[in-house]
Formats: sequence, structure tokens, C-alpha cells
Amino acid sequence: MTTWPILSVVTFLPVIGALAIYITRGDDEAARRNARWIALWTTLVTFAVSLILVWRFDAANPDFQFIEKASWLASGITYHMGVDGISLPFVILTTALMPLCIIASWKSVTVRVREYMMAFLLLETLMVGTFSALDLVLFYLFFEGGLIPMFLIIGVWGGPRRVYASFKFFLYTLLGSVLMLLAIMALYWNAGTTDIPTLMHTAVPRSLQTWAWLAFFASFAVKMPMWPVHTWLPDAHVEAPTAGSVILAAILLKMGGYGFLRFSLPMFPLASHDFAPLIFSLSVIAIVYTSLVALMQEDIKKLIAYSSVAHMGFVTMGIFAVTTQGVAGGVFQMVSHGIVSGALFLCVGIVYDRMHTREITAYGGLVNRMPLYAMVFMVFTMANVGLPGTSGFVGEFMTLLGTFKVSIPTATFATLGVILSAAYALWLYRKVVFGALTKPSLASIKDLTARECLTLFPLVALTILFGVYPKPVLDMSAASVQQLVNNYNAAVTAVKAAALIQ
Amino acid sequence: MSFSSAGYQLLPVLPELVLAVGAMALLMLGAYRGEETTRIVTSLAVVLLVVTGVLVLMLPAGKLTTFGGSFIVDDFARFLKVLAIIGSAATLILSAEFLSDPSRRVFEYSILVLLSTLGMMVLISAADLIMLYLGLELMSLALYVVAASNRDNAKSTEAGLKYFVLGALSSGMLLYGASLVYGFTGTVDFAGIAAAVKTGSVGIVFGLVFLLAGLCFKVSAVPFHMWTPDVYEGAPTPVTAFFASAPKVAALAVFTRVTLTAFPGIVPQWQQILVFVAIASMALGSFAAIGQRNIKRLMAYSSIGHMGFALVGLASGTVEGAQGVLVYIAIYVAMTLGSFAVILSMKRNGQPMEEISDFAGLSRTNPLLAFFFAMLLFSLAGIPPLAGFFAKWYVFVAAIKAGLFTLAVIGVLTSVVGAFYYLTIVKVMYFDEPAGQIEPMRMELRTVLAVAGIFNIFFFVYPGPLVSVATAAAKSLF
Repeated sequence: MTTWPILSVVTFLPVIGALAIYITRGDDEAARRNARWIALWTTLVTFAVSLILVWRFDAANPDFQFIEKASWLASGITYHMGVDGISLPFVILTTALMPLCIIASWKSVTVRVREYMMAFLLLETLMVGTFSALDLVLFYLFFEGGLIPMFLIIGVWGGPRRVYASFKFFLYTLLGSVLMLLAIMALYWNAGTTDIPTLMHTAVPRSLQTWAWLAFFASFAVKMPMWPVHTWLPDAHVEAPTAGSVILAAILLKMGGYGFLRFSLPMFPLASHDFAPLIFSLSVIAIVYTSLVALMQEDIKKLIAYSSVAHMGFVTMGIFAVTTQGVAGGVFQMVSHGIVSGALFLCVGIVYDRMHTREITAYGGLVNRMPLYAMVFMVFTMANVGLPGTSGFVGEFMTLLGTFKVSIPTATFATLGVILSAAYALWLYRKVVFGALTKPSLASIKDLTARECLTLFPLVALTILFGVYPKPVLDMSAASVQQLVNNYNAAVTAVKAAALIQ
Repeated sequence: MSFSSAGYQLLPVLPELVLAVGAMALLMLGAYRGEETTRIVTSLAVVLLVVTGVLVLMLPAGKLTTFGGSFIVDDFARFLKVLAIIGSAATLILSAEFLSDPSRRVFEYSILVLLSTLGMMVLISAADLIMLYLGLELMSLALYVVAASNRDNAKSTEAGLKYFVLGALSSGMLLYGASLVYGFTGTVDFAGIAAAVKTGSVGIVFGLVFLLAGLCFKVSAVPFHMWTPDVYEGAPTPVTAFFASAPKVAALAVFTRVTLTAFPGIVPQWQQILVFVAIASMALGSFAAIGQRNIKRLMAYSSIGHMGFALVGLASGTVEGAQGVLVYIAIYVAMTLGSFAVILSMKRNGQPMEEISDFAGLSRTNPLLAFFFAMLLFSLAGIPPLAGFFAKWYVFVAAIKAGLFTLAVIGVLTSVVGAFYYLTIVKVMYFDEPAGQIEPMRMELRTVLAVAGIFNIFFFVYPGPLVSVATAAAKSLF
């Protein structure tokens, strides 16, 4: 077994990097270069250490591993860390994407580089902590703490409407989360602890389940984001700097889905069962409605943002079907969307750095000057559509399969969304990449640089790898997902049996 | 009532005696040596406060009473006295620059702060209504004068006068309530009142309402908050820092002690009042602050809101609630003192700047200062992992346990509204273009800011000590 607190090291290494950047004073070119290199090395080392987690992870064991426990706030509130098959993929996703974000910001961020890198490193700590906390208060600490660096990233390095977007992002998320905080308190008094593994095995009274589920739902639905509380997302995405958008789409949105899997289903199975139709309805509306909205967008980032909302609809649908395929598909879809949407935002960032506009009409015919870019962009567009052979297909297919067993109408309408996603994604690709290169401003546009290839090629490889061979992710989560589904079914059938006897 | 020597021993009041005698000695020093002693009197006053604080901590453990049971020293009193002393001492340190101005070299300022602190300590230890009133008036009378200490400034004088008139009114209400309680129970002693009050007769509830109205005025809770913005804005900034910290500690202490030890028999009666006051304070503090342009007025509304949050803990009427109040006020004092250290350091060309727009671009011109202030603001908004989050955690967790769900939901929703105006200041500091350099920060301001800021940021690493001390203090009331 591990002898050193490997999970805490992964979580808090970025903080040390941030402190190191703070020590390098000055605002000249040398200081900026130092900040970039320190940030890059910190994230790379963090990624390397997090790979040890994968290596030592026992996929056959459905319970939490790499457990660390220390006394903290009170007897029932401890510093408790650990990962299982559901959280580990997100930890790795986070640590893997961070170095790419740092590289992507290498040239595009030129003001206040030190602060930028420090904010990103702190954000990484808070994100990894969110996925590995095994205490509700600790989870809340990481979950909400992430608002501060993200608020600053959008507000300081964002676009023209950055103030509006950052405030909307912060207040929307906070509003959802404070209700969850109250539910956490109620759970604390119910069980005498906020320890997540303990709470998973503590029966929660029916009425408290309903209220607590709604409170957690308020938080995760905003974070996810589900229709109709998604409106902060397009604004935040459009105004955030490229790397900020990547992190937002790839990691922060996944916290909502992760929260549903970690808290709503295991702790409130009866309420989850009762509210499943609500989730299905909202998911289908999200899939169909936001896909239609995406068709009407004129801003590339906004289009991808709406498509994110639609894709998250598949995730919520699959999760609340609570079938093995649905839940596993939800986890996979989140990982896949993390890679694909992150990559799409990187692609947008690349042309934005050259042209300083995100209007779809400002582009066209890029394939003539940027063949490499066109190829890469196509891979991700296809993955976004859900073409077989890309990771996007596996996730959508599994969630639809899992939902079909539970609710045929939901699965049917959601499948319509797949067609719509093809419509907007292909339309975007045609408008931006194909056609004749008629715009004079595009005449001298350059293809991908080596640095940009470095950020995109790993993601291309992963998208195709997971598309044809999704086993690594599915195997990692299989045991934990199976246990989650079994416990849920046991709880629901027990109540049904009790109702029959009466 | 026994007149044995045990009932009148002076050991429990030793810290207060030292403070009183020391304050008078400093007054003599100032009176004989004149205004050039301002600096030395201020320094000695800080030393005196430190000595008093050490004495408070060195008193024998357990519950000590004297003056026939009207003065009590328990863990609750020790905790809050130390806190009030920290608040006062930090204020004196923050006042150094204000007092160094030749036109304002008034040594009486420090003496008045000392006497006010003495009043607070008496108030915190009061175990009957007479002692309560004595402490309250000693504290308040000194505060009225301090508020007007910038003699040549019309606003400061107005602040002092306004505070005095409204304060006198509230004292009158408090006295009226005390007399009703005395009339219906036949005793002024908290324990005696508790024994006599088992059901809420009309007379008792009437007296209780007046009593609470007077106390609400002192903690500036809605609907007795009207004086706060004007006094905060008009008074010199160091005085505002003082008003926002130490007197709030004492007032909340007596609020807690009166409700929990004198009226435990009629919790439902005063719980309703506190729920209303808490909701009204939180809501007004959040909404009214949004339109403010002056940072001191904003801090006034912020403190109204924070008192509302603290009263959420008290409204639950349980030991967890009392613990919540204690943790809240301790963290609140740290956040407030840190914030005022920042506000005091905002000077350009020798002129203090009090508009929020003056903070524009502070993160570029003065990154560390801006960082600390931003963290304090996020903490005031209750965002984890900063200390302010834990303050809110403890009061709301008590309210949830007591079943006050409506109060808790409204409370957290208003905290989101409150977050908006704190964010506005962060926005001005971080997103806007710099509005020019500020003067270098003075050493004493740096010290206060560093201590408060580091406490605020790193509280989550090791929250154990404060929480366990607060738990012990809360338990000593029950």
C-alpha cells in the first residue's frame, strides 16, 4: 500500500507551484517566462504523480482507495480524501488538461502573467480536491473555493463583457450552492457526520431525502448546467480567455455530474427515483432546445457552449436512468466531452489569436491556408457530433442505451438531439473551414504552430483511442458504477416491497 | 444575598481594576504633560490593554462571581473580553496616524478608548440588570465622545451628536424594559429572573421587548440601525474601525447572556423577535449596501448584515447557537479590522480616499494589498475556504439543528445578495484601470492587515483551537 499521502500531494502540488511563482518577483519578460515555465513544470509533475494513482489503482475494488484521514473541524467533520472508479477519471482528466491549458496560454496571455498562472494553479488544486474529497464540508470548500480563481480569470483576462459574465457566473453558482450548504448541515445533524462513505450507508428519512435532493439539485443543476439554469454558461464561455473556457467546459461542468453520482444517487435513492422523470424532461429539453439554439448562433464559442449544455443533457439522462450502461455512459460521456469540448475551445482560441474575432461570418475557407488545422478541427467536430469511431459516440450511445431500458420516450427524443448536433456542428465546420477563401483578412493566416500542435495532438489521439477502445475508462469505473447501481436498486426495491406488504 | 468576604472578593475584577487605574494614571500623565504626550499615552494604552488581556487569561479557571453575584467571570466572559481587548488594542494601533496630525493631537482619545473597553468588560461580565446598565453606559458615553473626536469637522460632530441622541433614547428603552422585568419578577439578577420567568406573561414579554430593543440598537440590528451608516461615515476612520469591532463584541455578548441566562424559560417568545431582527438585518444589510459609493457607509451596511448573521445563531437558543455566535464574532472582528487597515491605507497626496471608485486598479499598483483586501471581501461574503465561511457555517448549522429552516434559507439567500457588493469592490480593484498610486502603507497598518489577513486565509488549515475555545465558552452559559 501507499506509504505517502499521494492524493494530497496531487491536490496540493499546484499550490506549491503558485507560491514559487509568487516568489519570482518583477514584471519584466524574464519574470513572465519564469512564471510560464514554473506553471508548466508544476502541472506536468502533478500529472506524472497522478499517473501513479492510475498505476496503483485496483479497478476490481469498488470502494474508495488511497484513503487519507486526519482530524479537522469537529469529530464528524474530518480531512478525508480518497478516490474510487467514479472520481479517478475526473482527477486524471483535470491533471492531464492543465499542462495543455498552460501551453495554450503561453502566447495569448501577455498581461499579468504571474497572477494568471497562479490563479490557474490554485484552480487546479481546488478542482482535484473537489473530486477527491470524502467529506461533505471539505467537498464544499473545494467546490465553492473554485469560484474565486475562476471569477478572477474571467474578469481580469476576459473579453469586453467580462464583468457581466464573471458576476453572472459567480452569483449564479453561489446561489445554487448555498442551498446545498444547508442540506449538508441537515445531513450532518441527521447522521452526526459529514463523512461521505458513512453517509452513503446511512438511511436518510424520506422527507429529508426530498428536500436535500432538491437542494443538491439546485447546486449541481446550475453547475452542470441544465436547462433552464444554463444561461450563465454561454456568457462565461464567450468572455473567458481560451484556457479558462477549456477548464470551464472540460472540468467545472463535470462537477455537477460528479455531484449527482457521488451524492444524489447514493444518499437519496428514493428521492432520485421520484425525481427521475423531472430530470428526464429537463435533459430532453436541454438536448433538443439548446441544440436548436446552437443552430442560431453567430459566435463560435457561444455555439460550442450551447452544444455543451446539450451534451450534458445526455449525461444527466444517463445518470438518472440508473442502469449500468446509463451511469457508465454518463461517466464516459463526461470524460469524452471534457476532451472534445476542451479541444474545440482550444481550436477556437487558435483562430481567435490570429484574427481576434469569433464571428462565424468572419471566417470561411480556412482549409486552403490551414490544412492541418482543418484536419484537427474535423476530428473534434465529428467527436462532438458523435460519429462512431470517436469517443463522443461511445458516451452518447451508452447513455441512450441505458435510458432506453427505463424510458423509451426520453431515449427517442434524445436521439433526435443527435441529429440536431450533427446539423449545427457540420454547419459550423462548413462555414468556418470549407468554401473559398474570399475574406482578405484571412489571406495570410498561418497554419498550426508546433506549440499548438503540442496542445491538440494528444487530444486527437485520445479522442480516437477512446472511440475505438473505450475500455480503459470503462474498466476503471466499472466496479464502482456497478456497486452504485446495485445499492440504488436495493434501496428502491426495498421501499417498493414495503409498500406492497402494507 | 450574603455579605461575606467571599461575595465581595476583588480577584475576579482584577483586570478591570488594573484597566481603570491604569486609564486614570494615563489621564493624569496627559493632563499634566499636555498634548505632546499623545504618542506615549497611546503606546502605554496599548501596553495596558495587553496587560489586562493577560490578566483576564490568568484568572483562576472555572466560574468566579463577586459583588453578590452581579459580576461573573466564566469561559464565555474570558473569551469575549480577550476579543474586545484585541479589538480595542488593534484600533489604537490603527489610530496612530490619525493622532499624529498636529491638529488632532488629543491624548484623551486613547483614554476614552480605554474607558470604553472597561465598560465593555463590565458589560460582558454583567450578571444582573444594574451591572448591565453600568457597563453599557460607561461604554456608550465614551463612544459618543470618540465619535466626535475630530472636533473641527462638521460631519464628525454630527455623527457624535446623532449617536448620542439615539443612544440615549435606546438606553431609555432598555431601562424601561429592565424596570418592567424587575417589576414582574422582583429581582434584577439574571439567575433570579430565569427562576421567576417560566411562562411568558404579558408584562414580562413587554419588558423583554424593550430590553431587546435597547440591545438591538447597540449591535445596530434592524430596525434600530439608522444611526449606523451616518455615524460610520461621519466619524474619523479609525473610530469607525473601533465602532465596528470591539463594541459589537460586547453588545453581542450581553445580548447572548441576557437571552440565554435570564430568559431560558420563554425561548419561543424571544426567538420570534430574534428571527425577525435577524432576517431584517441580513436583508437590509445586503440590499441597502448595493447602492453605496462610500466604502465606510458600505462597511456600515455590511456590519448590519453581519450582526444579522450572528443573531441567526443566537435565535436558535441552543449551545450550538451560542458557539456559532462566538465563532462568528471572533472571525468578524478579524475581518473588520483587516478591512479597515486597508481603508485607512488608502491615501493619495495626504488625503484619505473613501469612495469605492478610488480602489480602481489597486491590484496593479499595490498587488499584495489588493490581494489581502480581496480575500477579506470574499471572506466577508462567506466564500470558502476563507474564515468567513466557517463563521456562517457555525451559525447556520445551529439554526438548522433548531429547525429554523425558513430563517436559514432566507439567510443564505441574502448572503448571495451580499456577495454582489463585495464582488463589486473586487471588480473595481482587479478589473478596472488603475486610478493612480497610493501612498506607501504605514508599518502599523501593515502589521494589523498581515495578522488579520493571514488569520483569515489560513483559518481553515487549523480551525481547532478557536472552535474548541468557543465551544467551552458557549457551554459555560448553560
